[in-house]
Amino acid sequence: MNAANQPHGRTTALQSLLRNPSVMIGAVILLCVLLIGLLAPFLHTMSPDEINPSVRNKLPGYESTLRDDDGNKFKFVHLMGTDSLGRDIYSRVVFGARVSLLIGATVALISAVIGLVLGLLAGYFRWLDAIVMRVMDGLMAIPAILLALSMVALLNAGLSTVILAIAITEIPRVVRLVRSVVLSVREEPYVESAIAVGTPTHVLLVRHILPNTIAPLIVQTTYIAAHAILVEAVLSFLGVGISPETPTWGNIMAEGRAMFVMLPHNIFFPGVFLAVTVLAVNLFGDGLRDLLDPRMRKRL
Amino acid sequence: MSQPVLELQGLEISLPRGADRAHAVERVDLTVRPGEIVCLVGESGSGKSAIAHTIMGLQAKALVPTAGKILLQGEDVLTMSHARLRQLRCTTMSMIFQEPMTALNPVFACGEQIDEVLRTHTALTATARQARVLDMIQKVGLVDPQRMLRSYPHQLSGGQRQRIMIAMALVLEPLLLIADEPTTALDVTTQAQILALIRTLQREHGTGVLFITHDFGVVAEIADRVAVLRQGELVEFGDKEQVLARPTHEYTRMLIGSVPSMTPRVRVQAAQGEPILRTECLVKTYPNSKTPAVNQVSLELRRGETLGIVGESGSGKSTVARCIAKLISTTSGSIFQHQQNIAPLSTRQMRPLRQCVQIVFQDPYRSLNPRRTVGDSIIEGPMNYGLSRKEAWARASELMELVRLEPSMLERFPHEFSGGQRQRICIARSLAMKPEILVADEAVSALDVSVQAQVLSLLDEVRDQLNLAMLFITHDLRVAAQVCDRIAVMSRGEIVETGRTADIFAAPAHPYTRTLFEAAPGANWLFEAGGARLKEVK
Repeated sequence: MNAANQPHGRTTALQSLLRNPSVMIGAVILLCVLLIGLLAPFLHTMSPDEINPSVRNKLPGYESTLRDDDGNKFKFVHLMGTDSLGRDIYSRVVFGARVSLLIGATVALISAVIGLVLGLLAGYFRWLDAIVMRVMDGLMAIPAILLALSMVALLNAGLSTVILAIAITEIPRVVRLVRSVVLSVREEPYVESAIAVGTPTHVLLVRHILPNTIAPLIVQTTYIAAHAILVEAVLSFLGVGISPETPTWGNIMAEGRAMFVMLPHNIFFPGVFLAVTVLAVNLFGDGLRDLLDPRMRKRL
Repeated sequence: MSQPVLELQGLEISLPRGADRAHAVERVDLTVRPGEIVCLVGESGSGKSAIAHTIMGLQAKALVPTAGKILLQGEDVLTMSHARLRQLRCTTMSMIFQEPMTALNPVFACGEQIDEVLRTHTALTATARQARVLDMIQKVGLVDPQRMLRSYPHQLSGGQRQRIMIAMALVLEPLLLIADEPTTALDVTTQAQILALIRTLQREHGTGVLFITHDFGVVAEIADRVAVLRQGELVEFGDKEQVLARPTHEYTRMLIGSVPSMTPRVRVQAAQGEPILRTECLVKTYPNSKTPAVNQVSLELRRGETLGIVGESGSGKSTVARCIAKLISTTSGSIFQHQQNIAPLSTRQMRPLRQCVQIVFQDPYRSLNPRRTVGDSIIEGPMNYGLSRKEAWARASELMELVRLEPSMLERFPHEFSGGQRQRICIARSLAMKPEILVADEAVSALDVSVQAQVLSLLDEVRDQLNLAMLFITHDLRVAAQVCDRIAVMSRGEIVETGRTADIFAAPAHPYTRTLFEAAPGANWLFEAGGARLKEVK
């Protein structure tokens, strides 16, 4: 509260971040998944799309004999078994982490940036508000999966189409959030004071209004990332997402759907990874909200 | 003498670590006897609300009573069980709060909320309860009680809501009523009615009242005995006449001396030359509203003079200020800055002309961007008009000295300053624009009396030194008497009376102005540096 502890403001923020259990657990798991994705080639994996008809539908722990590029034989243990084309599920799950995280991060970033700009403008300029918000209402009325389905059908299926499709459905939430913050902040006397001293509108928006939206936006962004990972998995599972040879958790599960009763590992392992990752992102977001939400902070 | 209803014996309430002092309340001894009103007076942060909430057992978790006793009818509130405490609330002690909108539950009709008290504490039948509630609503002077029963809080005015709160608090005829600034959020005319109501009901039932306020006018109006609290310590406690007329403690004397006098101060009329600001038939109608917030307002303002706009909430006085500062657009009419009509100008066209009029707002806690240093806030304006950062900073340093703050404080953030200091910073920010007209929109209303006096004298000094014209918007006649050369009284969007301050105070012409004067609390007392005295009746 006082002048005395001001210089330590940043350290205490970082300390409370580290002290918050959900932020810590979420961050550690996310970091692990990120490392798994980045280091995928070095984690005792083989090429995720290498088809081997001789070892189709094997249970976890099956040991197969393979040949390397020089024709030398070596043993390879399929930790999570193989799918109906004989691909190593462990390798596919590990490489799949890349796609999931990439989609989570890019969708969150794209929808946050576009949503922030639209929200700021809609919240500040009343005449624009009616137009932007009606468009957003329209977008929100279309089920996310359906919109994504039709976009993938119209454009060619691929990573960028999926990212675009998911991002479009997430933008309205960000716009609403940012707009609501702007609506309350624009009535603050310090904003009016800035108008009275002749601050140009674009400076006013960036300098006095935008900083207030950052904290809720960060929290919302984490939820969007988690949701995007899930939606991508659903789209892939339905066979309308990223092309089936690309290893994504949704694709692996789609592949194993037919044999689920006999060979549940096809779905089990990617499912666990998906669930744990989404849980971690959500934990992280919840923790951040506790820390960043000013109403929560007052209670501390 | 009968047993006191409430007796505080050496009450001590500690504050959490890291607060500005160790105890919110230190060794306070206080008694409230049946049938008397004890006013607990203090500035913000003096611990008066902490005492009130602790008596009810409603104190915040961080505030722990560490010593002393609170005897309610001889029974110690601090040691009793939650169940017993719950039993006593409303039946033996009740409380009314400052903000009746937030103290009432918005999703229940008022009748139900009063009924809940009876349902919880009595075994009466539904019809008996109904009759009791109706009777109580009539007693607090609400017309059309049947409709009141069914109304939701948002459908009522502030005064009506506070009456409902009082009805709720007194329906079981408690022995002790704690009133925590119950009239602070209300207009003067409503305040006068509520004070009269509390007085009447309290006399009828012989209730002991602990009345918390910061306003010596209210004290003069309602108190039997007065307790003065300063930073958690009780510095003076005695009969009203004694405390007001012959205060023994220096702090009490200072507080009473700071109350602005109702007698207008005589100032050599300094208004010069042509009006630099003139409005003609100014009209502002907000969207979605049929009645104009400001209707046909015509004003003139000259260099060196202060024009006061006095009115109650909703009278449109702030809307006039915001129109003149061009923070909102006008519906019709003209605003002349020198010879130029600025009313029809767009935001973009207005920008080069903004330097002329600057505005200071009411709430010093929200007027400065909490994320920027006060220096950055002050130099923002001059830099918009082409000054370099260095030049602007130099000007800000000079202004900090003018408003009696250290130039080194420019590097600090707003939360490191008190309310009064922040208001000085806001004044400095306005002056950095080198304005010709300063609009003060309730600029001292949120401040404690002692700080208020300092800020008022600062505004006065600044106006004379820089030869400014000042538009001073206030609801407080005392403040208006001290700073304004001329006064315009507003009611329902229209100016009902204008004239020189001395003339209006001597002989208010319009009936509404007369009502305002009659409602002003403590109007028959003269507050002076050494103490207050009763005005001689002519």
